[in-house]
Amino acid sequence: MVDRSAFDAIIQSGGFITADTGGPRDANEILIPKIAADSAMDAAACIGCGACVAACPNGAAQLFTSAKLAHLNLLPQGQTERWKRTEDMVETMEMFFGSCTNYGECQEACPKEIPIDFIAMMNRDFLKSKLKNRKLQGQR
Amino acid sequence: MSTITLDSKVPSGPIEDRWTSHQFNMKLVNPANKRKFTVLVVGTGLAGAAAAATLAQLGYHVKCFTFHDSPRRAHSIAAQGGINGAKNYKNDGDSVHRLFYDTVKGGDFRSRESNVHRLAEVSVNIIDQCVAQGVPFAREYGGLLDNRSFGGAQVSRTFYARGQTGQQLLLGAYQALMQQVSLGNVELHTKTELLDVVTKDGVAAGIVTRDLVTGDIRSWAGHATLLCTGGYGNAFYLSTNAMNSNVTAAWRAHKKGALFANPCYTQIHPTCIPASDEFQSKLTLMSESLRNDGRIWVPKQFDDNRAPENIPEEDRDYFLERKYPSFGNLAPRDIASRSAKQVVDEGRGVGPIKNGVYLDFAESIGRLGENVVFERYGNLFDMYERITDENPMTMPMRIYPASHYTMGGLWVDYNLMTNIPGLYALGEANFSDHGANRLGASALMQGLADGYFVAPNTVGDYLSGLLGKTPVGTDDPAFSTSVAAVQDDMRRWIAVGGTKSPEYYHRELGKIVWDYCGMARDKNGLEKALTEIPALREEFEKNVRVLGDPDGINQSLEKVGRVADFFELGELMCRDALMREESCGGHFRVEHQTEEGEAKRDDANFSFVGAWEWEGTGTTSTLHKEPLVFETVKPVERSYK
Repeated sequence: MVDRSAFDAIIQSGGFITADTGGPRDANEILIPKIAADSAMDAAACIGCGACVAACPNGAAQLFTSAKLAHLNLLPQGQTERWKRTEDMVETMEMFFGSCTNYGECQEACPKEIPIDFIAMMNRDFLKSKLKNRKLQGQR
Repeated sequence: MSTITLDSKVPSGPIEDRWTSHQFNMKLVNPANKRKFTVLVVGTGLAGAAAAATLAQLGYHVKCFTFHDSPRRAHSIAAQGGINGAKNYKNDGDSVHRLFYDTVKGGDFRSRESNVHRLAEVSVNIIDQCVAQGVPFAREYGGLLDNRSFGGAQVSRTFYARGQTGQQLLLGAYQALMQQVSLGNVELHTKTELLDVVTKDGVAAGIVTRDLVTGDIRSWAGHATLLCTGGYGNAFYLSTNAMNSNVTAAWRAHKKGALFANPCYTQIHPTCIPASDEFQSKLTLMSESLRNDGRIWVPKQFDDNRAPENIPEEDRDYFLERKYPSFGNLAPRDIASRSAKQVVDEGRGVGPIKNGVYLDFAESIGRLGENVVFERYGNLFDMYERITDENPMTMPMRIYPASHYTMGGLWVDYNLMTNIPGLYALGEANFSDHGANRLGASALMQGLADGYFVAPNTVGDYLSGLLGKTPVGTDDPAFSTSVAAVQDDMRRWIAVGGTKSPEYYHRELGKIVWDYCGMARDKNGLEKALTEIPALREEFEKNVRVLGDPDGINQSLEKVGRVADFFELGELMCRDALMREESCGGHFRVEHQTEEGEAKRDDANFSFVGAWEWEGTGTTSTLHKEPLVFETVKPVERSYK
């Protein structure tokens, strides 16, 4: 038995788009460029198995976390919560897992072939989130 | 005999208005009062996760249970092909009415019209809801949603997320659920299996569970209990279900008085990878969407041992296209499955043990190009290649039918409530929407319809009547009796100390059920099964060996209880199949077929839901009938020619 509950904790901290049941817009009112939808789908393919963490010499969960962030942050529906989500999920991840030092073992181990490009995107977004979240509060 | 009367509680009025007017007529619970109600949700697949999240969003106090280590592990994840929605985005003549009509006809006129219409209505909302949550459905270059067609339909209304629609929809529901967990609105219990449903004075009071890690037996009280625990396809042992999918939750509810409807309606999926040898236990399903672009054929000659590429066109029999020119390779599942079985039984099967038929993409690759075909089915092709070491881009796939979905389940009324007040069944666990046969891409639709849109409304109507009433506490004798019975059971299984594993008996049971109550059934076979199953059950009870003790992790102990339930269910499946002297949908009685070998219904005598009441192990269950009325779609012979 493998205890993967830390992954659930990361998702709880922000791995969702708030859209309570009922009253959404028509699905086709949200246009999503195919290239973005395909890339989001590449990231969403993650099955949460944890092979990335097991393969990582640091025991880091960057690939798992960045895949969920990329899935949601690449979609127009995910923009409203993008910066808060990024900050919250990365910080929760760091409570449970080691730090990434770009070994790339996770990418090799991933059964869904999720690329570490998403980790780069996450790092970029995390940096930006620190500024964006301040800006959204009206601070500079 | 008891005095159960089956009241479907279907609203009156024109079918298009029933759900709308029912929603208006249902009583509401004031937002401030919602938090006073506790709702237990068992199972976290599409139906369970969607219902738990939605009820929590509404303000109810939800306790949610799953035997998986995370809600995201539920078996809904395995669905590949897609989800139907009557959006008519393709301008090909689709509408709510057409989806309703297709589903009633596809179910061979054995479903409840009003439920099906509601399903078709909310199908549209489901797509909107899922897109809002960020489900990455396939898109066209202009950014609009893409659709594909699916078995049993002549329009393109299926939305898909590569080959993993089930996973993406489940992640949507799971993420919504986890958000509610983080907000404190849902109390989530993982690795916790339901072992009994508790009733007090005939009303649902709660459940008894076992913690799969510590072995703790606990009682949980709730104002309402929702069973979203899936189907019973593993009664066949060899199936596409996950090994741990089981009927226990629904069956324990059945033994507490909930009626079990239409157990003989099981669906065999036409496109699975054939078993590579006779000891294989778990089959892998290949999405039916493959039939969109693949052509199914076998050699015309018997025992043709040539490689497929060496068999010229004139020696190939495209049997579905030949028999059903207008639907061709997209004929409904039951028809496609039986046709495949027929050619394999004739001795025209392909593959090393001649147990499959070809599904050939050569023509599509020629027409669309390799890239388009690979983009559509790439992940399925990869999976197939990993299992068989054959590449479908260059060599036809081999497929064969296997047990896949069960249309039968707990009897529920229009509100999805069983005949036990306060006990609901959602998704595959209930019997309501698919009749005798389910169309492709409709299971995801039904699970989410029940979970997001139906139950959250109807549960409120029931709860509104309970305001100010204290629920039965877990200190009530109803709970302690149930806990004692559960513990006795476990001690009894361990005390048997026989020689064979629970797995062995499951496999032996599965062989009987598959042989006599599988793709084709007849009176003699079913009667034989009804003597063989009880005999095997007696042996099982005397000779099963369960190691370990009830405290802590004990997978053999988990399994033995599930197998015991499959024994009782398997018997009921055969009894139901024997009772139903007609063929309809997935239930094919050899005695009742047309001259062309098609299912022959008997609407005069069998247009009813067969709901069985439990009378005790080894005692024949009692049949209750809910007549089916067709006001909108007139039953006709189900022709796909």
